[in-house]
Order: sequence, then structure tokens, then C-alpha cells
Amino acid sequence: MNKFKKVIEDIGLPRLIIGAFFLVLVVSSVFLGLKPASIFSDILRRVVMYSILVLAMVPGVQAGIGLNFGISLGIAAGLFGSVVAMEIAFRVGWTENMNAGGLWLTLGTALLLSIVLAALFGSLYGMLLNRVKGSEMTVATYVGFSIIAFMNIVWLMLYFSNGDLIWPLQGRGMRSTVSLAGSFGGILSDPVKVQATQPAWLQWLAIKAGDITLPIGAIILLTVLCILVWFFFRSKAGIAMSAAGENQLFTRSSGINVDRMRSMGTALSTVLGPIGIIVYASIYGFLQLYNAPLMMGFASVAAVLIGGATVTRANIANVLIGTLLFQGILSMALPVINEVVNIGTLPEIMRIIISNGIILYALSKTKGGRAA
Amino acid sequence: MENESILSMRNISKEYFGNRVLKNVDFEVKKGEIHALMGENGAGKSTLMNVLFGMPVIHNTGGFEGEVFVDGQKVDFRNPRDAMLAGIGMVHQEFMLIPAFNVAENIKLGREIGHPTALSKVFGDLLDAMQWKQMAADARNALDSIGMQNIEEYAQVAGMPIGYKQFVEIAREIDKTGIKLLVFDEPTAVLTESEAERLLEIMRVIASKGIAIIFITHRLNEIMTVADTVTILRDGEFVTRKPIAETSVVQIAELMIGRKVEKLVDDTDEDKRQISEDRIALELVDYQVNMPGELVKGMDVKIREGEIFGFGGLAGQGKIGIANGIMGLYDVNGEVKVFGKTLNLSKLGEALRNGIAFVSEDRRGVGLLLNESIERNIIFSAMQIDDNFVNGPFKILDKAKANRHAREMIKNLDIRCTGPAQTAGSLSGGNQQKVCLARALTMVPRILIVAEPTRGIDIGAKKLVLEYLARINRELGVTVVMVSSELVELRSLCDRIAIVAEGKVFKVMAPDDPDAAYGLAMAGMQETAVEA
Repeated sequence: MNKFKKVIEDIGLPRLIIGAFFLVLVVSSVFLGLKPASIFSDILRRVVMYSILVLAMVPGVQAGIGLNFGISLGIAAGLFGSVVAMEIAFRVGWTENMNAGGLWLTLGTALLLSIVLAALFGSLYGMLLNRVKGSEMTVATYVGFSIIAFMNIVWLMLYFSNGDLIWPLQGRGMRSTVSLAGSFGGILSDPVKVQATQPAWLQWLAIKAGDITLPIGAIILLTVLCILVWFFFRSKAGIAMSAAGENQLFTRSSGINVDRMRSMGTALSTVLGPIGIIVYASIYGFLQLYNAPLMMGFASVAAVLIGGATVTRANIANVLIGTLLFQGILSMALPVINEVVNIGTLPEIMRIIISNGIILYALSKTKGGRAA
Repeated sequence: MENESILSMRNISKEYFGNRVLKNVDFEVKKGEIHALMGENGAGKSTLMNVLFGMPVIHNTGGFEGEVFVDGQKVDFRNPRDAMLAGIGMVHQEFMLIPAFNVAENIKLGREIGHPTALSKVFGDLLDAMQWKQMAADARNALDSIGMQNIEEYAQVAGMPIGYKQFVEIAREIDKTGIKLLVFDEPTAVLTESEAERLLEIMRVIASKGIAIIFITHRLNEIMTVADTVTILRDGEFVTRKPIAETSVVQIAELMIGRKVEKLVDDTDEDKRQISEDRIALELVDYQVNMPGELVKGMDVKIREGEIFGFGGLAGQGKIGIANGIMGLYDVNGEVKVFGKTLNLSKLGEALRNGIAFVSEDRRGVGLLLNESIERNIIFSAMQIDDNFVNGPFKILDKAKANRHAREMIKNLDIRCTGPAQTAGSLSGGNQQKVCLARALTMVPRILIVAEPTRGIDIGAKKLVLEYLARINRELGVTVVMVSSELVELRSLCDRIAIVAEGKVFKVMAPDDPDAAYGLAMAGMQETAVEA
């Protein structure tokens, strides 16, 4: 009995309940006659899509700024970098004949540009958070909202000439959804796209094994990032950052500038944002501008919390488990509900209720630091 | 009538998940006496008090065996409220006061005096109007009765010295009508020496009004001065109950831990150290530290290489500020020289880079990463300052080396734990202190500053820690600077002791100077007009 209790404590009740819910969905989907292969592919795809954005929570939490609701800042940088890269590609002609080199160049430019932007704004954002110690998460949420509003203006003002980007017949202003079909969409995840554009030695980037689609490229990128973050938190700087997040006085007394560590953590978290959104967009096939990224921060926060993180401690396992549970439930819920109650838009409404319900549940389970 | 028991607990036994923490304990308190309850950490004092108050933690884990009588009546308290109604109160170690409320509001919290209004007739007495004057008068009465005329009943609690908060807490208990028995759980642990003395006086005043007091503390001398009777528990068992007059500090200490306590540090080895005025390890010149509550106001000291130097004095006089200033935690003016080199203390970590390591007086707040492993705690500073335990250009942690080192430290310092991976927060106070020491030693310091090294740890661990400090000094030649409120401790270990008063070094004394001289110095009084 005691052992049983300990197991529950180790896993954590929220994780257990949501995990059980996930299992119920999986089992019922089999009974409802849904295809396991396509469900598996779908879950895998979504997990890979969202994981990097969830991973972005880790440096912030460890550095002591709490859950980075302001990840929209990084997302905005990623979107901006992407559209600029696509515009450059259009003007220079990189992607004219969909050659592999041009696609990679566009992706690389997008990543590079947005990482530089995110590092810059992330550091400034970190300095801001240093001035509002104690209410970082509230401030972060509003920084996130503000940047989205600001970017809405930017999207409308940009004078670009790439027809994929701008509103047709208007000559300026970005579309709300930009298709990446003619650019780097799917090159890490979509077997059809990979087959069509990549040379033979890169065909492994996305594989279709029977009915299962394996986005190998995206999985490798995610793995590399996870390993990098893991290594970072075993380095001198990473350990100092974790300490700054746990006990500021302790860290100061060891001669470390706590505020610098916090801004570094914030910047690192913000830099993971654009990588996350670019991989997301690439797998999804579209860049979603304007208000689309408004609530993405919440999904990331919810995922890492379900994964067992707290406001003060988070690790890679929390990220992966949390994303699997959160995205797993979301991708399962729609087809399952569709089978059970197929009335008008009810399944979609149910999906929204479930998704926000999980976010609410996760947020209510932030236990914070263990009381001394 | 005089010897009548107010409280008698008979044959109390309690089991937590098969672990017997109390075994047939008898406990008897007489009317109007101050009864000390002693025992090492884990001896069962808290559990016994939990049983008395009918705390939920007792009833949720299967209750207890035995009987409790209050005023000769058998009682069965199901919750702390029952106990309060029967006239038993508790003064908590951690204050349960609302900082934004004033003293009177806090004293009357939950027992406010109101008079009915139209609203309250409809919606119940939660909407009564408050009778502030009467509440203030009651609060005044309670404060006066414990001799705290200088606490304003209208003063806000936030920002009060800790001692005052404690007194407000006591006044609140006194204000409850029909109080017969008050439990003080380590009330002096957080107080300064003078506040603690004040508290002891107040306890006497309360006792003289016929209210019995159960006094739980680690400080033996307090027991000797104030208590009438002492009950000693050891490992959940009743050891003895004795009038204080028939016992002594040594005897109580002995009974508590059940083995003989010698002098704090036995210094049988021959002293081979060479200490000279020419080799100065640490020099402070017009040294000032802006640490709130512990201001250092211009201090000049020379600490010789290889000695153990003590800073003593009452709390609040600035001795704590000395170390915290050197470590860069507070703003500093003046000069600090380490082996002749002047430190630039505006740079974080300057002292650490110059061979000074620091063990903070605030173990849980400054000294440890409570949620991190012992290993991480031990290697942290050395890793950050000296790039020790890291590999390669990215300075990745060398886990194997760190683990090896942590194990060695655990062995050397006899840290009782399940292994280097256990979190520091789950250790007992004494073992946490050893982890702090291990972290400082890992830096291989030339000067080790320890502040309040034995605060809040039990006698056994105390001795080990002090012995270890002596060993580091003798065997490794580390200059040790020890800041402590406990004179006995300083005098048993240090070569010289500076008594700090009002932010300055009042007098540097030898450990075998007479008690009277120390007493005077602590109080800031010169023995003769021409003392240095």
C-alpha cells in the first residue's frame, strides 16, 4: 500500500490522471475502428511539432523567471525571420525551381535571422523581467500579448513582393496564413515533399513505412536540441543558471551575477522559440501570422506542467512526457469524439473544451517550490 | 493545592507507520511552574505536544495510546481548538501574525469584539461593527501583563524586530481567557540574546500568575535560569523528571544524549602552529558593511595566518555583517586586505577568488540549494570559481569526479545520508551544516569564515562540527574566522575573540579571560577606562 502510494507520488497525480485519460482515448479509438497507424503518425507528428516550443520553457523555469508565457516573443521573431527569408529567396530566386539547396538556404536564413533577433530581444526581455521579480509570469503574459499586437501592425505594413506572402491584388501586407508548399514546408517531415525535392542521400528525412509516416528530419533536430539543452544544464553556466533559479542568495554568495543568469535563461528560452515555430510551421506547412500564435505560450506551459514540471523546476523528461500527453490527447480527441457524437461542429467544440480544460487543470497544479 | 497537576499525560505511546516514536511516556506539569521539556531532535518532544493538542496528524495516523488529564479531568482533544477551549495555548516557533495588521488586531485575531449592526442582524455576526477601543484596551492589558509597555498596540506588525513579534504572539495567548497552560516551542531560537533574556523574564511573570508553562528549547542555560522542573526524553522514552535545583547543565546534557559530553573540543594534540604578527591573513581597515540589522560601522582588525579568530557579541551589533560584507552580499566601505592584497569588493566573487570561503549563518536561505543533491551543493562554488570539476571547452560537469569528491567529503565529515544524490533539503540541520562546510572546503580556502556554525543543530552534531573546524585549522593550516553568538563555543575553540558592539570591535580577548570580563565586554562596558 505504501509502495503504491509512493509510485503515485513519484509519477504525480496530474500526470497519472491525464495519462489515464490518454490511454482511455487510445483504447476507445481502437474499439471505434480508427486506424492505429494513422493515429500513431498523427500523434508523432504533433509531438514533434510542439516539442521544441515546450522545450523553450526549460531554460526560463530553471533560471527562475517561471513559465515563459512570453514565448510569443520568440515565436514572433521566428515568423518575422521566416517571411524575410522567403522574401529574400523570392528576390534572389533560391526557390524558383524547388531545388534542395534553395530550400535549405531559405530555412537556414530564416533560422539564422530569427535566432539573432530572438537573442537580442530575449536579452532585453530578460532585463525587463529582472525588474519585475516576483511577478514575472504575469508580466511575461502581457509581453507575449503585446508583441503579437505589435506584430499585427508590422504584418500589415510590410512591403514585400513575394506573391506567396502578400495579400493577392493588394500589393502589401502579409496574408494571415502563408503556405510553405513552395518553400521549406515539409522538408523535415513530409515524405512526398522530401521525395520531390531532396537528393537521394537525403531521402531518409521523412519515411513512409507502411501506413506510418516518420518525420525523421524533425525528430533528429528535436533530439539534437534536447541533447544540447541537457548538456547546457550540465555545464558550468547551466549549473549556475539553475542555482540562480533556485536560490538567489546562494548563487550570489558563490560570486555569480544572478540577474545576468536570469537574462541569459530568458534569452535562451526566447531563442528556442523561433526554432520551435519554424519547425512547427515546416511540419504544418503554413506560417500562421497575426493572432494565431497568441495562445501558443499557454499550450507550451500546459504541456510542460502536465509533464511534471513546477514553476521552479523543469527538465527534458517533463517536456517530452508533457508534450506526448497533451498533444496526444488533442490529436486523439477529435476523431474519437467524431465517432461518438457526430453533430455539426460539436466535435470541434468538444476539442476546444478539452484543450482548454487541460490547460486549466495543468495551471491549477503548479505546486511551485517545495515549502522549506 | 500548590502541588496540584494542571496536566498529566500517562503512558503515552504513539506509532507512525510501525515506527514507535513515543514509548509509555509520562509527563506531568504542576500549576504555575515552568516545566522544561528536553531532548535531542527526534526524541519525541514535538510528537508529545501534538498528542496534547489533538493535532490532526495524530488522529489521522491511528491516534495514540495512554491518557491525558487536564485539571484532573480526563480529556480527549480531537483538534487544537478543543485544547484551546480547555485553556491550553501554544506560542509558535514561527510567528503566526499578519504583517499588515497592527498589534491589537493581531492579538484579537479571530476573537474580535463586535457589537451588532443592522446588517449583522440579517447576515450574522460576521458583519458586526468592531469595537476598536475595547480591543485595543484588551491588547494593552495583555501586553502590560507581560511587561511589554514599550510595544504600541496600534503599531503595525510588519517591520517589527523578531523579538517583538514573539512578544505579540505571547500577548495573544495571554489575552485568551481561562488560559492555564502555555507551550513555548523553541521560543528563543530566533531571538537575539537580549530578547531571549527578556522572554525568559516574561515567562517568569506569566508563571507567577499561576499559568503553567511547558518550555521546549535546545539552550541548556535558559533551562537552568528559568525552569522549575525538567523532563527529559530520549529516543521516545521517558528518561527522568527532576527539579532543576537538583541537577546541572552537564547532567541534563548527559541524560539527553546518553553519552558523556566532554569539553566541546578536546585539544590534546600539541599545538605546532606558528602564528606571528608579521603574517596577516585578513586585515580590515575602517571596514563598514551596510547590512540591515547588522551594521558594521568602521572596524579595524588584523587576523594572523593560521589562527582561529572569533567574533562574538550580542545579536544586532554587527558581527554577522562582517562575513556577509566580505562575501559581497551587502555594500561595503573601507578596506579588506587578504594576505596584503586589497580586495575590490564591488566585484562579485572577489573574496572567493582570493582564497576565502564562507559558511553562512543562514543555512537554508544562503548556504544550500535545498532541492539539489548533496553532490551539487558540495562542488558548486569550486566549480564556479575555480573551474574545478569541469571538462572541455564548454566546461561540462565532470560527473565522475564530482561524485568521487562528494563521497569522500561525506565520509570525511560523516554526513549521514543515503548517498551523494540525496537532496540537501531532506537532511537534518547538523548534516546540512556539514554539507555547507564541505562546499567551503572543496574550494581549498586559505581563510575559512564560518558564521554561527552550530545554530540549530543538536549537541552531538555541534561537537563534530567544532572538532572538524579545529582539525582543518591544525592539519591544513587554514585560518579560521568564526562568528558566533555562543561564547562558550568561541572560547572553546578560538585563539583570540573580538567582541563586537555597536558595529565596532569593542575588545579583543583571550579565551581564558574571566567570565566577568566577557560579561562586561558583551554589554559594551569597559573594565577600566584605559582598555584598548
